[in-house]
Amino acid sequence: MSDIIKTSDFDMEFRKEVFEEPGAEKIVLCFNCTGCTSGCPMAEQEPEYNIRKFLRMANLGMKDALLNSPYLWYCTTCYKCQERCPQGVKNVDTLLKIRTIAIDNGIMLDNHRKVSQLVIKSGHAVPINDEAKEKRKDVGLDDTPPTVHKFEDALGEVQKLLKISGFDKLVADKEETS
Amino acid sequence: MNKLSFFLGCIAPNRYPGIEAATIKTLDKLGIELEDLKGASCCPAPGVFRSFDKITWLALASRNVTLSEEMGLDILTVCNGCFGSLVDANNIMKEDSKLREEVNKILKEIGHEFKGTIEVRHIIEYLSREVGAEKIKQAVTIPMDLNIALHYGCHLVKPSKERHLGSTENPRFFDELVEATGATSVEYEDKMACCGAGGGARTAVLDTSLRMVVNKLEHMKAAGVDCIIDACPFCHLQFDVGQTEIKKKFDKAYDIPVIHYSQLLGLAMGYTPEELGINQNLIINEEFNKKVERIRGGANE
Repeated sequence: MSDIIKTSDFDMEFRKEVFEEPGAEKIVLCFNCTGCTSGCPMAEQEPEYNIRKFLRMANLGMKDALLNSPYLWYCTTCYKCQERCPQGVKNVDTLLKIRTIAIDNGIMLDNHRKVSQLVIKSGHAVPINDEAKEKRKDVGLDDTPPTVHKFEDALGEVQKLLKISGFDKLVADKEETS
Repeated sequence: MNKLSFFLGCIAPNRYPGIEAATIKTLDKLGIELEDLKGASCCPAPGVFRSFDKITWLALASRNVTLSEEMGLDILTVCNGCFGSLVDANNIMKEDSKLREEVNKILKEIGHEFKGTIEVRHIIEYLSREVGAEKIKQAVTIPMDLNIALHYGCHLVKPSKERHLGSTENPRFFDELVEATGATSVEYEDKMACCGAGGGARTAVLDTSLRMVVNKLEHMKAAGVDCIIDACPFCHLQFDVGQTEIKKKFDKAYDIPVIHYSQLLGLAMGYTPEELGINQNLIINEEFNKKVERIRGGANE
């Protein structure tokens, strides 16, 4: 038998926050047709990843259970569920909104933190390396692409932007923030 | 407008520069001029950075858009992820005045302002709508008689309300561009399925993400194709690097070469695999290389 869900655990402020995302509020129209989960390629690999369940949990305000689920990070954003939903729920956009609330609550995977820090440092999530520089030359390109990699001022702009938006603090190593 | 700014993103210039080189070469032959989008950054990756902080995602994407606005040019991308981020951000900024105001406050601090004057284009969508399969066929000098498994990828066509490219379950426009090069787009099971890389899943849960690409590779193998054609460097990486990881982790070998559409078009226009960086892939299949050489040799006789 599954665990009892207590209404006292429902957090309506969390629900309200999720519903700020356009299309999330349509969760209330869900009639459990399961079109979203039955077509989900991730659910085929990992049945614990269940977009319908997640969105219904959001509708009930089940903040802690949802934000702490490791499966929150399994969606590949293929948008198949969002395309199929007969009620117009923006499943993927809503899931991404829930993820941002998790991040705001200090829940972030180490690998995601590393990718974020690469963008802060270099302006690219996948920065250049020596092997790629050689490959670039071999196909007749300049060894450094004309992106933030080549223009220091542009990298400065990106770094300033990420500071103003607070992203640098948001994804800083946990030791530094505490 | 036959001139666009070329938004490179991360994976094309920094891992698979053959895609960048092939795009410049082939579009030049079609009379489309590309100008460097100097100082552009990561798009930033849609399912990843939008998962972390929406304003940061929107501001960084909008900065890239403003660089092109300042040049008075539409943006061209060769990546579904970059396309997803930049189109979605461009649309949100045009439609949501509250978010536009908030983001423009940030952009002002670094000397930019989002005005909403340009469009974001993807090489496949652009070639399909603005050039057309007929004109591409005329530019082909060596019809590439290959059986290929076409991978559209997700963010090229979805969400359909933002993309306006027709059916997301059974689209044809990309197949038509492939067939214009002389190749045959072979039907295979679950053709529109995701490669498994997006949304930060490859970074977060690599093994599960790879099991999704195993599914695709099994279906492609069953269809007996010579290679995969994609339109996204991240799907490209998932197929190419992914096959080496799958070999190690799951002891399964597929050895299916992975080629971006710009590279296929380059071959059909007479460029060598080396000029297009096809030899820089991790997955090298000698049988495929020989077939390409035979097609090239046959055309030169």
